[in-house]
Amino acid sequence: MLLKFEFNPNIPIYLQIIEEIKRQIVSGEMDPGSKVDSVRELAKNMGVNPNTMQRAFVELEREKLIYTERTSGRFITTDSDLIEKIKSESVRRKISDFVDLMTKSGFHKSDILRLLEEFMEESEYE
Amino acid sequence: MSNLVEITNLTKKYEGKLVLEDISFTIPNGRIIGLLGANGAGKTTIMKIITGVMSDYTGKVLIDNHSPGKYTKLITSYLPDKTYLSSWMKVKDTVDLFTDFYNDFDKNKAMELLKLLNIDINQNVTKLSKGTYEKVQLVIVMSRRAKLYVLDEPLGGVDPASRDTIIDTILTNYNEKSSVLLSTQLIQDVERAFDGVIILKNNKILVNDEVDNVRAKFGKSIDEYCREVFKCC
Repeated sequence: MLLKFEFNPNIPIYLQIIEEIKRQIVSGEMDPGSKVDSVRELAKNMGVNPNTMQRAFVELEREKLIYTERTSGRFITTDSDLIEKIKSESVRRKISDFVDLMTKSGFHKSDILRLLEEFMEESEYE
Repeated sequence: MSNLVEITNLTKKYEGKLVLEDISFTIPNGRIIGLLGANGAGKTTIMKIITGVMSDYTGKVLIDNHSPGKYTKLITSYLPDKTYLSSWMKVKDTVDLFTDFYNDFDKNKAMELLKLLNIDINQNVTKLSKGTYEKVQLVIVMSRRAKLYVLDEPLGGVDPASRDTIIDTILTNYNEKSSVLLSTQLIQDVERAFDGVIILKNNKILVNDEVDNVRAKFGKSIDEYCREVFKCC
């Protein structure tokens, strides 16, 4: 379910909505094949302009993550390959942001890998 | 014709002093447009011209294809920058007056909104705090089923929590056939609700674009952008 979240005011809102919906699809919070609420309803829940929401949906439909059935509404894609693809794209982006930040802070490849390994050892992630 | 408002080459002077210089813009149906600008930029003047309060201008102004007049007043709901509720009235009397006065006034909606904003309808309007008074005026204006809503600074004295309620009210109330023109200095609070913004500077339009385009183009919020361009020195 899409709810109000803190928008970053410096980035177009429709892009942030797209990211949030992608995140929910990838994480499984939105089930593949499930119905999406109406644009108006979602806009109201998120406290944004309906046209902004519409713009996000146009983009998501273009990327085929959401499809429209003429009489019954909008649905999340059931294409698991596509969902996997979006997932790996989003992971790559996060890794690239992280590596960028580390490089700018003066760490080299070997340092980054070592630190990451150390972190994974110490923490309880599996 | 899908443009609800069409303004062409609008110029307005106050006693020789230029306020609006050759301004042109359109507002299509189903849009929420922010009218922004520093103090004295001409926001209120534009709104007064659109609503037919002021008529000594040059240029062409069309609202739903009509010049400002009887017809346009019928389809335009205006929140002016001055207070205008009669002082002897209670909130509920005010609602009754507007119900009688405007065919498109939805009394149930007004009552619903007043309840939502926790306003006691048995209070005398002069006994209301500044913020509550403003809320009542806005409820009255938004309860008409108008085509065009012209809101001059609707959020000035209103507390932050109620601001959100009011913005949500505006967002859910307008429909595909109606548009909202809203002026404010509290840009940060409302920019999530805008489709587009018209930013005035030096008697002219500096920006007239979709908000998300402005954010993408300048990499900053509308609020931040305005802080920059309104700087006087």
